[in-house]
Amino acid sequence: MQEHVIALAGLPNVGKSTVFNRLTGLRQHTGNWTGKTVGSARGSFRTARRRCVLVDVPGTYSLTARSEEERVARDYLLSGEPEAILLVCDAGLIERNLFFALQLLSLGKPVLLCLNLMDEAQRRGLRLDTALLSRRLGVPVIALTARKRRSRAQLLEAIDALLDAPAPPRPVELPPPDGGSEAEDAYTAALVRLSEELCRGVVHGPREPPARDLRIDRILTHRVLAYPLMLALLALVFYLTIRGANAPSALLSRLLFSLEAPLRAALGRLGLPPALVALLSEGAWRTLSWVTAVMLPPMAIFFPLFTLLEDLGYLPRVAFNLDRPFQRCGACGKQCLTMAMGFGCNAAGVTGCRIIDSRRERLLAILTNSFVPCNGRFPLLLAVLSMFFAGVSASPVRAALGLTGVVVFAVLMSFAATRLLSATVLRGEASAFVLELPPYRRPQLGQILTRSLLDRTLLILGRAAAVAAPAGALLWLLANMHSGGLPLLSRCAAALDGAGRFFGMDGAILLAFLLGLPANETVLPILLMIYTAQGSLADPGALADVRSILLQNGWSGVTAACVLVFTVLHWPCSTTLLTIKKEAGSLRWTALAAALPTVFGLVLCAILAHSA
Amino acid sequence: MEQGCNAMKQELTLRSLRPGERGRVRAMRVTGPMRRRLRELGLVEGAELRCLGRSPLGDPTAYSLYGAVLALRDADSARIAIKRTEG
Repeated sequence: MQEHVIALAGLPNVGKSTVFNRLTGLRQHTGNWTGKTVGSARGSFRTARRRCVLVDVPGTYSLTARSEEERVARDYLLSGEPEAILLVCDAGLIERNLFFALQLLSLGKPVLLCLNLMDEAQRRGLRLDTALLSRRLGVPVIALTARKRRSRAQLLEAIDALLDAPAPPRPVELPPPDGGSEAEDAYTAALVRLSEELCRGVVHGPREPPARDLRIDRILTHRVLAYPLMLALLALVFYLTIRGANAPSALLSRLLFSLEAPLRAALGRLGLPPALVALLSEGAWRTLSWVTAVMLPPMAIFFPLFTLLEDLGYLPRVAFNLDRPFQRCGACGKQCLTMAMGFGCNAAGVTGCRIIDSRRERLLAILTNSFVPCNGRFPLLLAVLSMFFAGVSASPVRAALGLTGVVVFAVLMSFAATRLLSATVLRGEASAFVLELPPYRRPQLGQILTRSLLDRTLLILGRAAAVAAPAGALLWLLANMHSGGLPLLSRCAAALDGAGRFFGMDGAILLAFLLGLPANETVLPILLMIYTAQGSLADPGALADVRSILLQNGWSGVTAACVLVFTVLHWPCSTTLLTIKKEAGSLRWTALAAALPTVFGLVLCAILAHSA
Repeated sequence: MEQGCNAMKQELTLRSLRPGERGRVRAMRVTGPMRRRLRELGLVEGAELRCLGRSPLGDPTAYSLYGAVLALRDADSARIAIKRTEG
């Protein structure tokens, strides 16, 4: 049976991915468009009579090929591959969607126009005459609520009908899109007028945002309530992450550590020398297990929560509330979103900076992303907070509040760094910025889980694992190779001691941060390994024991404060550095991204140490 | 540029619209990529907007346009000339 290739196109935020999932279910695979950074997804499905392949085209506002997404979308839609186009529109914002639809119709391929989010439009009191719109455009038009399961049958039937009689749409008279800015003005003005005319008599009802949304907005962006609400929500997300990750982390750690002995036995049977067996099992495997056990559960909780807030529509409101400080720093308002993503993982935050169009503003966001602490740094922050500032048996509530305080400090520092950069190496005016505040929507839990777990969590875990294993091997070598009767690790710590003490810490702490480059999660275990002169990573055990080890090694309140500051402000982990190198495209920017937070951190630590 | 702004000081711009008020766009003096971006969102001459409210720090401001909500910074909304209309 022949396969029919159908392109799925539409504006961002119209429920395109819901239609995609509704049709293809789990028969889909994702990747990137060849040679591009733009993600792609393909899936297959069957209608009553046909086998079809659905290709998800990036959501864009126009086909004028300015951004990479637009170029990908345009090139693909113009290519010979897709036989027909499934165009998804937001029924509630039809004028704006028709503006794009008209450009798509002018390509001359058969189009099925789906007015999606019908339930939302109806709730707002809108009525749409799909038959009239279909007559005017010369293409089939269906009203759809892709969120509902029964929409699948409706889509399949309409697709079969479209492929039975694939008539190209009636040509729409459009002025040429190329030429000077005046020609372009005329072109878009004509498109907008045309969309308005087409909608006359098609849309009945109020052209206002839903009253419920306006009421919610009034609270969430309230002059007095907005910031306390934001902080409370942030603390809640931290609380759920900390609280929820404890048990699975312990379980995972027991499971992975219990595999170490069989691994050692298996390697021994291969006839490897004992030192190499120890290097691989106690070094590489143990570090890998450690990183996985500490990293995976919090990420698997934090990212779905983050995606949930994104899907509900809250994050754009946060960007709205926080735009002014970003503006004052000469930055893009979207930097707020990439910063928020940085709490999950700085590497994900840096990748997220692609949503910022201006290169200068994108670099600002990339270079300052690691100023906010990621999940990987939470355990160390929490341990130090509870051992020295909140009482050893701190409850998760107090831990979450302490962490929220540290995070507020981190955000202020990231503003300072952004300001500094835009007054020096990245000078320039803030480019114009328009922020869309989409309607509040009921999130789709299934989609949230797959997206946040597959796209974010596993990707990052994979990258972290790739560096954790070799780093574990190196750590083991340093701890087990001796020079002059002392392990190399102790020698290195002693060499760094002078510098460490100047900054309110000691050599062992600095060394732990240096060796923790692949994953910040390992800083505390490495530190304990140095203090207790053990040959391999060990579970720190109860916080009270850890505290007494730290006190024996001369920790004071000032040491703890300096460690907190330095945990927030030091070089990004190797995964993030690699990502920065990829996204910023130069070693120089990567070096600056490493130097900037380090200098901030060291200066603050020196001030703390010498004023105390 | 500076002079142009001074000469237009008397003109009513989107920035001067208070929450609850409506206005129709008379002239777009925004340039470059932002101009295209706004057009793609339907913000062109003749479009009607309603001011919804300001961010807690006073800038940016949210407007409704064709039933959608978008926020503009003061620096940009000052470059959009409007005529006040009745709700």
